[in-house]
Amino acid sequence: MNEKTLIRAMPWLVTIGFFLLWEVVCLLTRVEAFILPRPSLVFITMAEFAPQIAHHSLWTLYTTTVGFAIGVVGGALLGIFIGASRLVYVGLYPVLVGFNSIPKVAVVPVLVIWFGIGTIPAIITAFIISFFPIVVNVATGLATIEPELRDVLRSLGASKTEILTKVGLPRAMPYLFASLKIAITLAFVGSVISETVASNEGIGYLMLSASSSYNVPLVFAGLIVVAVMGVVMYAIAVWFEKRMTGWAFRGSDLMG
Amino acid sequence: MQGPAFVKIDGVDLVYRQAEEETLAVQDLTLDIQEGEFVAVVGPSGCGKSTLMKLVTGLLDPSNGLITVDGKPVKGPVQGVGMAFQNSTLLPWRSTLDNVMLPLEIVEPHKRRLRKEKKAYVEQAMALLKTVGLQDFAEKFPWQLSGGMQQRANVCRSIIHEPRLLMLDEPFGALDAFTREELWGVMQALWLEKRFTAILITHDLREAVYLADRVFVMSQRPGRIIHNRAIDIPRPRTLDTTFEPHFGEIVHELRALIHDVRES
Repeated sequence: MNEKTLIRAMPWLVTIGFFLLWEVVCLLTRVEAFILPRPSLVFITMAEFAPQIAHHSLWTLYTTTVGFAIGVVGGALLGIFIGASRLVYVGLYPVLVGFNSIPKVAVVPVLVIWFGIGTIPAIITAFIISFFPIVVNVATGLATIEPELRDVLRSLGASKTEILTKVGLPRAMPYLFASLKIAITLAFVGSVISETVASNEGIGYLMLSASSSYNVPLVFAGLIVVAVMGVVMYAIAVWFEKRMTGWAFRGSDLMG
Repeated sequence: MQGPAFVKIDGVDLVYRQAEEETLAVQDLTLDIQEGEFVAVVGPSGCGKSTLMKLVTGLLDPSNGLITVDGKPVKGPVQGVGMAFQNSTLLPWRSTLDNVMLPLEIVEPHKRRLRKEKKAYVEQAMALLKTVGLQDFAEKFPWQLSGGMQQRANVCRSIIHEPRLLMLDEPFGALDAFTREELWGVMQALWLEKRFTAILITHDLREAVYLADRVFVMSQRPGRIIHNRAIDIPRPRTLDTTFEPHFGEIVHELRALIHDVRES
């Protein structure tokens, strides 16, 4: 096996190794299935409950991507706004940090009072949790234009808008795409939290109802499904990043 | 000196205010530059050479005194000036050609005409790239070019819109000696062809003497002009010129002045 195929195979080998180790540890320690089920049991349960899992995971995927999409648009716009103006940056940044420090699980009950249980709180939670890294990254990309470049453009007579469109925005693109990778995984955290607290649909709800009936293998099946969806969405974000901002990586193949 | 000066700096002070502290960066700065003249400003590091550049282009306002460019007092950034820094600041998402053409998208009247006369402008940019030997690298991205090539492209970008005033802030400072000397020749050829007014900030005395009609020596901070040396070496100058005794004498004379300044 040459090095290139080994690099390709590594993620799969590590994942399979992880499950094997888990299986072996469970067998050796004879731990009860309702405390830590063996992965083989989890996968059997997964097959058994396939229709329910498919239904709920698609629901979660839906709320997550909608919340994420709103987060991308809103986050990018606010990031541009903050990054382009020092005044807005200074004024809004502490508020944003404060807002981001609030545990999102504490916000869900408020959202339920406002919007009822179900879809909307999940979408909003996914949105507010994925929003912050996007804002910060886009603003950073804009705020860190080299001063010499700014001088060159200003002495050419470029307006603020021209500096923003010709340099600021293209420069912020790699920052935006880097943040999307973080934001999409956070969006799953947000939607699943919301579903766990208040919903009749989604993987979060499925895991909550499974754990209340001590069906721990089904809880773990839900966790694995969420993880897999996160990895897939992350890979899609990486693919977009490579296509849109290949210039920022200069031929390096170690990314993601 | 003949005629009214193209760039005139008259009794200019600049005070930087940082919190409670005030630093006098330049003091009573006075100099005249004729249209089409190539001048160099040399001095010990931290003497306010780059401040001088920002003052002339209107990126900084003087605390006292007056600066005029082409007879008009400088208030706010002077429009359409060409600038090249040590850091080439090329945009990594644009090809060399598109980088060089950036000023045409900003400076009038080119901005208005660019879309209609795109072809003619591309030809103009390609011709300029050819004079600096980059014609085969037009479609390459900056990060695919060597440091010397990036700096050539940077110089092209600074003069593509045919500015009357070109500001060079140690543009060759980060290059190796061979590439640097090669680019002196490129710079001189461009200037002999287009005859823009150029102000070169440098700490390389040989570079100053090679390129400039006059060399200004600045003092330690707060910077003042303490010497104004006309360079009476005929053009075009070549690398051989730099080994002639007269060239060496001028460099020594300037070196001695800077040494005195640093001691004082």
